Amino acid sequence: MSSTVTRTRSPRRLGDLVFSGAAFGASLTILVALAGVAIFLIIQGIPALGAEPSDLNGKPNLLAYTAPLVFGTLWAALIAIVIATPLAIGVALAVSHYAPKRLASPLGYLVDLLAAVPSVVYGLWGIGFLGPRLVPPYEWLDQHLGWLPFFAGPASTTGRTILTAAIVLAIMILPIITAISREIFSQTPRLNEEAALALGATRWEMIRLSVLPYARSGIVSAVMLGLGRAMGETMAVAMVLSASGVVTFNLISATNPSTIAANIALSFADATGLKVNALVATGLVLFVITFVVNFAARAIVSRADRSVSR
Amino acid sequence: MNMPQNLGRAPRRILVPGITALALGLALSACGASNEGSSSGKSAETLDGAGSSAQESAMDAWRSAFQKDNSNVTVNYDPSGSGAGIEKFNAGGIDFAASDSALNADKGEIDAAKKRCGADAIEVPNYVSPIAVLYNVQGVKDLQLSAKTIAQIFDGKITKWNDAAIAAENKGAKLPSTTISPVHRSDESGTTDNFTDYLEQASEGAWSHPADKVWPIQSGEAANGTSGVVAAVGQGDGSIGYADLSQAGDLSSVKIKAGSAYVAPSAAGAAKAMEASPVEDGRPESDIAIKVDRKSTEAGAYPLLLASYLVACPTYDDAKTADNVKGFLSYVVSTEGQQAGADNAGSAPLPASLQEKAAKIVDTISSKG
Repeated sequence: MSSTVTRTRSPRRLGDLVFSGAAFGASLTILVALAGVAIFLIIQGIPALGAEPSDLNGKPNLLAYTAPLVFGTLWAALIAIVIATPLAIGVALAVSHYAPKRLASPLGYLVDLLAAVPSVVYGLWGIGFLGPRLVPPYEWLDQHLGWLPFFAGPASTTGRTILTAAIVLAIMILPIITAISREIFSQTPRLNEEAALALGATRWEMIRLSVLPYARSGIVSAVMLGLGRAMGETMAVAMVLSASGVVTFNLISATNPSTIAANIALSFADATGLKVNALVATGLVLFVITFVVNFAARAIVSRADRSVSR
Repeated sequence: MNMPQNLGRAPRRILVPGITALALGLALSACGASNEGSSSGKSAETLDGAGSSAQESAMDAWRSAFQKDNSNVTVNYDPSGSGAGIEKFNAGGIDFAASDSALNADKGEIDAAKKRCGADAIEVPNYVSPIAVLYNVQGVKDLQLSAKTIAQIFDGKITKWNDAAIAAENKGAKLPSTTISPVHRSDESGTTDNFTDYLEQASEGAWSHPADKVWPIQSGEAANGTSGVVAAVGQGDGSIGYADLSQAGDLSSVKIKAGSAYVAPSAAGAAKAMEASPVEDGRPESDIAIKVDRKSTEAGAYPLLLASYLVACPTYDDAKTADNVKGFLSYVVSTEGQQAGADNAGSAPLPASLQEKAAKIVDTISSKG
């Protein structure tokens, strides 16, 4: 009663006006920034269409220059996702359903802490710690599974391969996927879970029957967000990966595909003229790919949400 | 009950939007401020330079020494890369640039610099540094290789350390059958440019790629920056790479074949090779570009070196800038300056003849009017 009275009596207070204006302004800033980035990338990238081979590391045209980088970007991100997704879902389930409460929340915080580690630190760790320790496993893979194209070798002597880079990426995207999945798992309707248990389901069966179907769309969007992060990650990849710009599925050799972001970071400092435009053009391609991934995630989530609410 | 609640809420009603407005205002003004910074921060008593990252540690030594004698001048140097330095210089953003390769006429850099300065730009060599071919092979010391063998190793033609070509140059050495893992730079660099130039010129046709800042072949291990290459060579048994000698650390470096003898990398050897090299012709008078003779047979000369240059204008609009550029550059190419660079960065002091020429050119810097 009293709230309706105040609303009709003073429809516009100063505070309301200022706040709505400020909030609206803030949201506009985002739009302006995004549009600004897109416009910059397009304007600076277009001249690269006329780039000569000398500006493109000897590649005949922009497409031939960008294609191996796109491959490397998607390939590294894909491996990272394949490693990170099962791990993240496992951690999220442990936190939300398995671990005793006293253990669960510290575990959750620890995973979140992984997101606070700067990517340069991950890069250093990958070069100095992880890489050298992966050399013996890579040699083993080369000797015993060398018939698979993934492990064709020759094994790298420093361990700075695309698989190492993907493992580092997987650890970097783990907190994103875990955090979102964990939230969704814990939102599973209690009634569904109890109904499954009442029917005699074990805890794993309960999770399979009630938690996972409910959380499916959330998991997908979490994975998509992780994928976006993995594709855009620059510093860690630039440091860890021994990149030569080839197109290969070989995971353990010293000669690896490069990624768009890492290539920009490595080439920009000494680039001049059209070469800068070419790098910006690859940045535009990455921008578009990331957008597509994010839109795909939104589409999947909204479709699944509709089917859940029905 | 209603009243106190309202009273309690009232401040918040103002506070929250107030904070938001304040934050937004701050964000916007921060944007504005950062835009202004670049134009208003430049007073007559600062000297801005940018370019070669290879020169960074020598530049640090020069800057601090120059500022000690000229306490009213601040010299800024941004080691953002040779290409970026030249581009900024030609756009008029900085007072001088440092570059690992001389201005390139084909890319229009000489003309662009001339346009910026209103006259032929000044370009003098100021930093010479030997590039070492580093290796990490268990049980092998004093490795000696010719440019031809080095080219074949980096090209992937020679793949084992006990290859006949390596054994022939290292009689009596116990070479293991380890696979060779050649390491190159993954970023663009003047070091790669000079190394590939050396391979192209001196390898008797074994290297078929033109000199380039980007590593031309898609094989072998790639590492980011000098430190990355040194780390990668240090980690992998059987690795071989190239890096500035001053950064080589504990790694052993190859003695390369020059003429009939094998020469270990040293600052003195690099200076000798520099002295024996001809000046590139067809360039403006104020522009000294050295065409390093990679096939030098001079005794003790080490032809695998990086020569880096300073680029500046012959005239500046305002007298203070002209004086400061002239003062700083004169110091850098002076005997003391070169020695300071050698002490701090392990570079080779310019040979006397070149140093004299460079000093003479720098001396012509003046103000307009």
